[in-house]
Amino acid sequence: MKKYTDSGKKDTRSGFGAGLTELGKTNENVVALCADLTGSLKMDAFKENHPERFFQVGIAEANMMGMAAGMTIGGKIPFTGTFANFSTGRVYDQIRQSIAYSGKNVKICASHAGVTLGEDGATHQILEDLGLMKMLPGMTVINTCDYNQTKAATLAVAEHQGPVYLRFGRPKVANFTSEDQKFEIGKAVHLQEGTDVTLVATGHLVWEALQAAEKLNEEGISAEVINIHTIKPLDNKAILDSVTKTGCIVTAEEHNYLGGLGESVSRVLAKNAPTPQEFVATQDTFGESGTPEQLMEKYGLNADAIIKAAKKVISRK
Amino acid sequence: MADLQHLEDLVIQVRRDILRQVHAVNSGHPGGSLGCTEFFVALYQEILERKEDFDMDGIGEDLFFLSNGHISPVFYSVLARSGYFPVEELKTFRHIDSRLQGHPTTHEGLPGIRIASGSLGQGISASIGAAETKKLNKDNHLIYTLCGDGELQEGQNWEAIMYAAGNKVDNLIVTIDLNGQQIDGATQNVLPLGNVKEKFEAFGWDVLEIKEGNNLSSVLEGMKKAKEKTGNGKPVCVLLHTVMGNGVDFMMHTHAWHGKAPNDEQLEKALSQNPETLKDY
Repeated sequence: MKKYTDSGKKDTRSGFGAGLTELGKTNENVVALCADLTGSLKMDAFKENHPERFFQVGIAEANMMGMAAGMTIGGKIPFTGTFANFSTGRVYDQIRQSIAYSGKNVKICASHAGVTLGEDGATHQILEDLGLMKMLPGMTVINTCDYNQTKAATLAVAEHQGPVYLRFGRPKVANFTSEDQKFEIGKAVHLQEGTDVTLVATGHLVWEALQAAEKLNEEGISAEVINIHTIKPLDNKAILDSVTKTGCIVTAEEHNYLGGLGESVSRVLAKNAPTPQEFVATQDTFGESGTPEQLMEKYGLNADAIIKAAKKVISRK
Repeated sequence: MADLQHLEDLVIQVRRDILRQVHAVNSGHPGGSLGCTEFFVALYQEILERKEDFDMDGIGEDLFFLSNGHISPVFYSVLARSGYFPVEELKTFRHIDSRLQGHPTTHEGLPGIRIASGSLGQGISASIGAAETKKLNKDNHLIYTLCGDGELQEGQNWEAIMYAAGNKVDNLIVTIDLNGQQIDGATQNVLPLGNVKEKFEAFGWDVLEIKEGNNLSSVLEGMKKAKEKTGNGKPVCVLLHTVMGNGVDFMMHTHAWHGKAPNDEQLEKALSQNPETLKDY
């Protein structure tokens, strides 16, 4: 098995901040908009380095999305920053009409996604955003797993022409992907080779999937681990190639099982190679207050939940 | 300036285009379109500094955004008659496979359209964004926007209105079509707007009124004044007093024709009040 080491816990949002800071220096067309959450989104350095390219819009997300759409006219590449909840559900129609249908080159950067936002509770813990965003025609949807990957993704989306939803989170989590990685939109990353079960994970669940694979290996179960950072467009080939080998699959995500990565994978399998699948995801519920670890445990979003699901799906082969 | 008579002729021809477009598909929004005909003709023929060929970025020219996208018939007619696409294409309005969708969109690549609109209240935000980009690009051209008055009931407008004044977006002229009507009736009865002038002023905008929004000379004069007010640290608002359904006697002063097309007989009557001046498509 390949060994992955945590180089020191870091939050994915800081990866976004670092990527944006770098873009500020390398791409003069990049502009940033923020709805009163500059510190939370780690946009301070960009703001300080390029005040003329930083737009504080206040607590007015609808206006922020519309402004971002308008700013593309004349060649700017706007990055909007606020929590995932306020980046999607709150402004869905603005994104749908002014950005997606209008084909605008806006990067919607969303922090504090999922239950790991923690103590603020369900009002802020969106678990429906991947579904909302992947349903919009032309929208690229990305959910990164650690600091390094989030930084790399931030740099990559600036080069991509078209609207992007980039989802990351609040807590400090293992940072295990390589610092100098090249982020390829739409391309899955193989983390472990295996033959008994495929574990496909996105976001914070990727590290959990790696932990699960190690424990499964100790029990003689060989798990293939794939990191799907791009939920749309989905790397169908990576999924199909893997299940051809393993014959069963577990999807893992910090999102409702309705509308998330799991359902996208199901569609690919149903069309091409019907395969037993288990879903590690929230079960059509809202979240609640608690620490990220407590919530991951309670809502079945950790390595233990993935191990259980893997054993179950193997028994269904 | 173009000969005023030519512009008056164009106004009448645009009215005919509006009526014929909506009649042909028995749908669309003639009322607000007719009310804004003089505004669109003035804007595209005299006010906007625009390049001959359309490109999305519009660097080095003034840009126009239509927020109340349902008045697409007047927008399409004036765009076509200003050279953006063939006038013949007006025949395809609201048909399958057309670039002239019910509400304007960039999605089908129609020259002259820079953002989709139809879901109301989004145009000022997009305009502010475009205005900020003009400033970053050191492009001294202006952004023009048209909004309906009923549309001001959408909350997003007030986020945008607050932003534009607070951030001195002074290369922006937002015109409000004050016709006092919306689908369900008079704005006064549906949801009163209060004093729109005082509201914009309270938010920190420079406001001027065009009392006769269906008088071409008044519109031209008013918009030129609005242009003079730009660049002074404040966004500019023009309150354009119009009559919904203007130019067709039985469509005027009522909300009935907001979103309803005339039948054959009504069309004939409406066209007879606006005899062909240029050439029907």
